[in-house]
Amino acid sequence: MKRRTLLATSAGAAMAAAMGVPLRAQDDPLTVGFVYVGPVGDGGWTYQHEQGRLAVEAEFGDRVTTIFQESVPEGADAERVMTQMALNGADLIFATSFGYMEGVNNVAARFPDVRFEHATGYRRDHPNVTTYNSRFYEGRAVIGHIAGKMTQTNKIGYIASYPIPEVIMGINSTYLHAKAVNPDVELVVIWVYTWFDPAKEADAAKAMIEQGVDVITQHTDSTAPLAAASEAGGVIGFGQASDMAAFKPAPRVASIIDDWSPYYVKRVQQMLDGSYEQTDSWGGMPEGEVVIGEITEAVPAEVKAEAEAMIAAITAGEYHPFTGPINKQDGSVFLAEGEVATDAQLLTMDFYVEGMTGDIPS
Amino acid sequence: MDLSAINPVVLVASLMVAATPILLAAVGELVVERAGVLNLGVEGMMITGAVCGFIVAVTTGSPLLGFVGAALGGALLSVLFGVLTQFLLSNQVATGLALTLFGLGLSALLGQGYVGVKSPTLSPVDLGPLSDLPVVGPILFAQDIIVYASLLLVAGVWAFLKFSRFGLILRAVGENHDAAHALGYHVIRVRMLAIMFGGACAGLGGGYLSLVRVPQWTEGMTAGAGWIALAIVVFASWRPWRLVLGAYLFGGVAVLQLNLQAAGIKVPVEILSMSPYLATILVLVIISVGRAPGSLGKPFHASG
Repeated sequence: MKRRTLLATSAGAAMAAAMGVPLRAQDDPLTVGFVYVGPVGDGGWTYQHEQGRLAVEAEFGDRVTTIFQESVPEGADAERVMTQMALNGADLIFATSFGYMEGVNNVAARFPDVRFEHATGYRRDHPNVTTYNSRFYEGRAVIGHIAGKMTQTNKIGYIASYPIPEVIMGINSTYLHAKAVNPDVELVVIWVYTWFDPAKEADAAKAMIEQGVDVITQHTDSTAPLAAASEAGGVIGFGQASDMAAFKPAPRVASIIDDWSPYYVKRVQQMLDGSYEQTDSWGGMPEGEVVIGEITEAVPAEVKAEAEAMIAAITAGEYHPFTGPINKQDGSVFLAEGEVATDAQLLTMDFYVEGMTGDIPS
Repeated sequence: MDLSAINPVVLVASLMVAATPILLAAVGELVVERAGVLNLGVEGMMITGAVCGFIVAVTTGSPLLGFVGAALGGALLSVLFGVLTQFLLSNQVATGLALTLFGLGLSALLGQGYVGVKSPTLSPVDLGPLSDLPVVGPILFAQDIIVYASLLLVAGVWAFLKFSRFGLILRAVGENHDAAHALGYHVIRVRMLAIMFGGACAGLGGGYLSLVRVPQWTEGMTAGAGWIALAIVVFASWRPWRLVLGAYLFGGVAVLQLNLQAAGIKVPVEILSMSPYLATILVLVIISVGRAPGSLGKPFHASG
């Protein structure tokens, strides 16, 4: 190659990159980027997204190239990472944490030809931004049922991350279904303001256990609360996001597994065959995105059977965990008898249901 | 609100556990900084110690050997920092930051087969009837051995710096390395030893996280504890006993706020969440009168 053409080519490439035009020729592999909030070895949330990425690689082989960046803090750093990925030729980027919302939409504006998918968010400011989520509250309903049946002290702990609708929905779903089988139950919530800090999660679990909690649920990503429950003895817990099978048969008596593989494989397939469109996806048990892991023998057989019946009803679409009558914490009506919550109502949920104590931090 | 659910004795006992990793890492860094070296790689050395300690404890079945492994792991990583900054005269700030990044990556690599594995954990020291005393028993006489060791270590460092000849040399090197060199002291040798001591302490702190406080191995599990340790050294104005105050205050308020939340106290959670940082900074700023060692962070070469 003559120097002049070399210069011209690289100038063209630089300009193309600057303008956000994908450099990918038709037969180049599709590049898919993943941005993770924790380490891939967290054993929970990020681990499951990583399994989804591996499923994409297994499914499409050398037709796709995947890249990922782990432990990306929510905020300005995320924006930098996504910009870098887009500049490096990513065609599709999955941003897998709620706090990336601002960054995803900012970067998407600058790279109109790159497709962005934001997990658990709700803002689709640009035509190239898709949001996707899982109906975790379906899993929480099952967990809440088991927790309500299993608690001896009538105190269930809930380690909460941030006061966002996603988390509040999970708290309400857990509480409603625990209370349905155990009217005396109390849900003790601790906000830790982090998705991943094993030491802090363990401290929160210990604080609860010291105050008489004997069932621990969590909306954080590490296995530390289970380790704390295991050490304390006589306390049960649930795998969160991932199966956390290492803690079977106790303290882990069941788990909510996020299975992102079906969704990731579907979307990459659509990119490859050209049928990709902007969507707002919210799959749950029917789509196989929310799975309840093995319910161990620590759970009495009839409780297990009830839980399995609930899973079957939710999967078949016969039962919605938010079915009225449900009142808000202040006593006003949220859902009338037989009324089912709409997705919009769920996605903006900013209140506790009746019977919960304490306030949601604003 | 049900404050009676909080048992103050259990609370104090658990705050000591929460504070120990920070205290261990901070006392090591204090010695390093008193020798005039700024090692920002505490987080990296801690997490390397956490994984090394965990691996050794799981392999040998002995948590105490695990702590030895944790100290060795942290010290080995700090040697890297020492060689780069003391012999090759690289920038200490940049090298320290790189050490943290390197430690995080290295630990993730080493720990790959150990996620979800259970380790043998340390049981509290049995001091017989002393442990059964009301109030003071659970607080003072029923901790695990590392809690006692960390306090002894602080006492040792304090005595070493204040009363021993070698402590005086170390401080001289930290205050003015050119003068110390002119007096015939080996600045580089003293600093290398201090750096290794700091690495070993950070490693111990990390090991305490993975073997006692959590206890398990998870990638990135230090989650910023190393940075807290660094900050506490500064706010304690490089004095060992203030370090204990700072670490226990931080650990204490951190545990207390979780307990208050669990008890349902009517204080905004945002305020509770920032309270450990606020309380620690406030108290240490109010009592601080010290200043940094004169040669802190400056490169030394014998030709100077």
